[in-house]
Amino acid sequence: MITDLLSCYPLLTVLTFWPLLAALILSPVKNERTIRLVTMAAALIELVLAIPLLGFESRAGFQFEELIAWAPEWKLNYHLGVDGLSILMIWLSILTLPMCVLCSWTYIGRRVKEFHICLLLMTMACVGVFSALDTVLFYVFWEALLIPMYLMIAIWGSDDRRYASIKFFLYTLAGSTLLLVAIVALRITGGTFSIPELMTTEFSYGFQYWIFLAFFIAFAIKVPMFPFHTWLPAAHVQAPSAGSVILAAVLLKMGTYGFLRFSIPMAPVASTDFAPMMIAISVASILYGGAVALGQQDIKKLIAYSSVAHMGFVTLGIFLFSLDGVNGAIFQMLNHGIITGALFMMVGAVYERSHSREIVKNMGLGKYLPAFMFFWGLFGLASFGFPGTNGFVGEFMVILAAFRANTTLGLLVIPGALLSAAYILKVTLKMAWGQPASPASGGSWRDLKKKEWAYLALPAVLVVWLGLAPGGVLGLIEPSVEDTLKTFHQRNGRVDLVQVTSPAGRPEGLIIEENILPEPTVTTTEPAAAEPAETEMEK
Amino acid sequence: MTVIESGKVLWPIVITFLAPLAVLLTGRNQNLREGVSIIAGTLTAIFVLCLAPAVLQGIIFRYELFHIRPGLTVAFAADGLGFIFAFIAPFLWIFATSYNIGYMRSLKEHAQTRYYFCFAVAIFGAVGVALAANVFTLYLFYEIISVFTYPLVAHHQDEEGFMGAKKYMVYLMGTSKLFLLPAMILTYVLAGTLDFSLGDIKNGMFSAQVISDHPNLVRLTYVLFIAGLAKAALMPFHNWLPSAMVAPTPVSALLHAVAVVKAGVFSVSRIILSGFGTETMTSLGLSLPTAYLAAFTIVAASLIALTKDDIKARLAYSTVSQLSYVIIGVALAAPAAVQGGLLHIGHHAFSKITLFFGAGAIYVASHLKSIKMMNGLGRRMPWTFGAFGLASLSMIGMPPVCGFVSKWYLVNGALDQGQLILLVALLLSTILNAGYFVPIFYRAFFLAPAEGVNLEGYREAPLTMVIPLVFTSLVSVTLGLFPQLFHAFIKAFGSF
Repeated sequence: MITDLLSCYPLLTVLTFWPLLAALILSPVKNERTIRLVTMAAALIELVLAIPLLGFESRAGFQFEELIAWAPEWKLNYHLGVDGLSILMIWLSILTLPMCVLCSWTYIGRRVKEFHICLLLMTMACVGVFSALDTVLFYVFWEALLIPMYLMIAIWGSDDRRYASIKFFLYTLAGSTLLLVAIVALRITGGTFSIPELMTTEFSYGFQYWIFLAFFIAFAIKVPMFPFHTWLPAAHVQAPSAGSVILAAVLLKMGTYGFLRFSIPMAPVASTDFAPMMIAISVASILYGGAVALGQQDIKKLIAYSSVAHMGFVTLGIFLFSLDGVNGAIFQMLNHGIITGALFMMVGAVYERSHSREIVKNMGLGKYLPAFMFFWGLFGLASFGFPGTNGFVGEFMVILAAFRANTTLGLLVIPGALLSAAYILKVTLKMAWGQPASPASGGSWRDLKKKEWAYLALPAVLVVWLGLAPGGVLGLIEPSVEDTLKTFHQRNGRVDLVQVTSPAGRPEGLIIEENILPEPTVTTTEPAAAEPAETEMEK
Repeated sequence: MTVIESGKVLWPIVITFLAPLAVLLTGRNQNLREGVSIIAGTLTAIFVLCLAPAVLQGIIFRYELFHIRPGLTVAFAADGLGFIFAFIAPFLWIFATSYNIGYMRSLKEHAQTRYYFCFAVAIFGAVGVALAANVFTLYLFYEIISVFTYPLVAHHQDEEGFMGAKKYMVYLMGTSKLFLLPAMILTYVLAGTLDFSLGDIKNGMFSAQVISDHPNLVRLTYVLFIAGLAKAALMPFHNWLPSAMVAPTPVSALLHAVAVVKAGVFSVSRIILSGFGTETMTSLGLSLPTAYLAAFTIVAASLIALTKDDIKARLAYSTVSQLSYVIIGVALAAPAAVQGGLLHIGHHAFSKITLFFGAGAIYVASHLKSIKMMNGLGRRMPWTFGAFGLASLSMIGMPPVCGFVSKWYLVNGALDQGQLILLVALLLSTILNAGYFVPIFYRAFFLAPAEGVNLEGYREAPLTMVIPLVFTSLVSVTLGLFPQLFHAFIKAFGSF
């Protein structure tokens, strides 16, 4: 009975369009407090509506699929679904919304209604991007996100908001134009807009080459990878807290998700050929982001540059094409969303007290705001991969994959881990211990309010829970990752247009048989890597 | 050796985990807060002692608390080696707390709740390191110690304190991120597991296949481990320890003579014996270079100690030197040497804490730090200086104090291996030790007061300080007279 009801419940459509409906409900409301309450209620209802999503099974392939013909003459479909690659991102998008509402409660004081409508529209677009299984639909949501984000920076941002918002808009628009080109090219060559179909289509090497480059520019800007990152610090610093949180927690993930969903399945051979470049850029992002973060005086800018470094770990993991690497990358996407999102909310909280984001204006908080410093310390530790936190698990898996691929590569990444410890400890110790700029003002600041406790408690619990028992969450993504990689390696072995005897992306190095994916040969049927995953699931 | 899954090994961890929280909750009432520390120390020591019968029979209790990834778990196990450290840390915590009460209240130190909280967390870390059943758990608790001892080092919150604490953080966190993390990951890649080979000190975690296929990678892993465990203060990563002396003296006593530095040498011992194994050490040629580096550290640190006039600085360099006794013994991989090294973990702890307690008592009583100014002070503070003298004898390695026993084994081991240079280093350090400890004692009892120092006003520090330091010095003697107390556990740990 219940399963029957559930089977006709269009879960993903509801999750995508409920925020839109809520935005419509919101439009006649006048009272500011009511607006906040209604948005909060909508966010909580969204969470309730998402309960069936807990039934996501730990297996490869799409679930909760919905397929309706949209414009049959162009083979356009309204097609939604989730698999292991996207499930965590959907959860992240849904969970971010209530926290954004709470952290904007006192932060946003003008044009309150418009602000909350922007928030709701962004949530709609985020869920839509991660559940769309049709390239056009994907593109629609992708672009739909751009405008509310632009508005958020341009209207509710700080002093330099015009510059930052236009830079953000131009960069991402440049990327999405190429994405559109790639989608059209895929339609012409592959004959369909359907992502699952495109994922199983084999394209010629020349086509893969160009399509990979188009995707690369689009997604690399979004991630952002060095040297396409310059829009990010500007946008983060100027955006209001909630904007930064969505930007860090969800928007950046769209880029890495794009690599996983488009580049690797649709252009596997080109991905392999470009992997050395991708790995080099990832390592550059890790080291550059970390080094620049170390020199920042503005807390928000520091966190923004740390994002560049952390996302470098994600792209590195993806382009190692190993189970640990990609699993770690997806897990790190979730971690970065939780940790950096929380850190941005905390920067907002401290800004509300000191009206400054400079480190020197926010020193010596340990004495006046002990609870604040506790949370900051926890997220800081997680951010630099302290053992026992979720940041460690993701970073460990990616570095592990790097070492397995090549010891030198592994050793190259390690300074990145050191840098992240250095900048986080630097800012944390100064904030906790430094001599306050004006002790009198520090003394009058109040420690965390109830709302702040509310929006920090959830990420704090997740940090520890995912750090000590990530098995359940990793179990959700593993089958899909395994399946994607299996196809990827098989396709790499099959395409005859290029020499694939020694793919460039898999440098000769240390290989331990039982833990590595099979070499890309056609004969392999049962990948050895399936075993640890299965035992993991049984537990 | 039998390994049994049992939650018994978890109790010390649970108690030391709850203790800091209890300290925070009772922070308002100082008697209650400090009482909590003493009770927690006692309880932990008792629960560790409860493990003794099984440990002595060669039974290892093991418990897996969190399963993070296959091969990456938070797991605890109690064997002979772990037992010794897991017992010493909370046991000495009891006396350090009593001492703390005298020290902190006499000097009216600020932020005492934070201080006791961090102190308790550091003990939690030390017990965790002691009972860690795999590299990851060891790494986890090792890092917890680093982070939570920072506020203790920076306690005075002045320029000097921040500089010392900064150096502390840079050395400890820098080496652990730069070397220890890749070492752990390489171990995972090469050995496929992070679990120590408990109960077998000959063959470590690496299979013969891996060692013959990738000898250089295993060597690299080893070097990364040794460089990453900077808490062992092996040169050139020793400099944080003298800088950490800006901390209040009880911190220097318990943490920088026992918990923190012992976590360092304990980890080195654990990695060498349960991670690599004595046979791997010898076959890959890792044994002698480590021992020579340790020998160099022993002599060089002793020479530096000679030049220091500040009593805590002299003790700090003495610690750097004595820690390498442990490493030299373990690295030599000969049965006698290993036993000597491991015995020294326990013996040095009791003697060195006495010395630091003494230094703190002198400071509280007279506000003197410079050794030159302490002439004649012994007659005013006979108990303190008497205990200090006994502990000095232990450092020098004179019978009947316990330092003699470990040195005896170490010299034996060096002779067994035919390592004359190491033997010379050990003997030279004995002379140097005498060179920097005897003058303190001599000045205190036999010289006339220094100019400008009026001894009349000085008397012994509060009883809460004097009792612990006399007690620990007596334990040093007891351990010298009955060396089998610790030796039994070491015999149970490895088949010598």
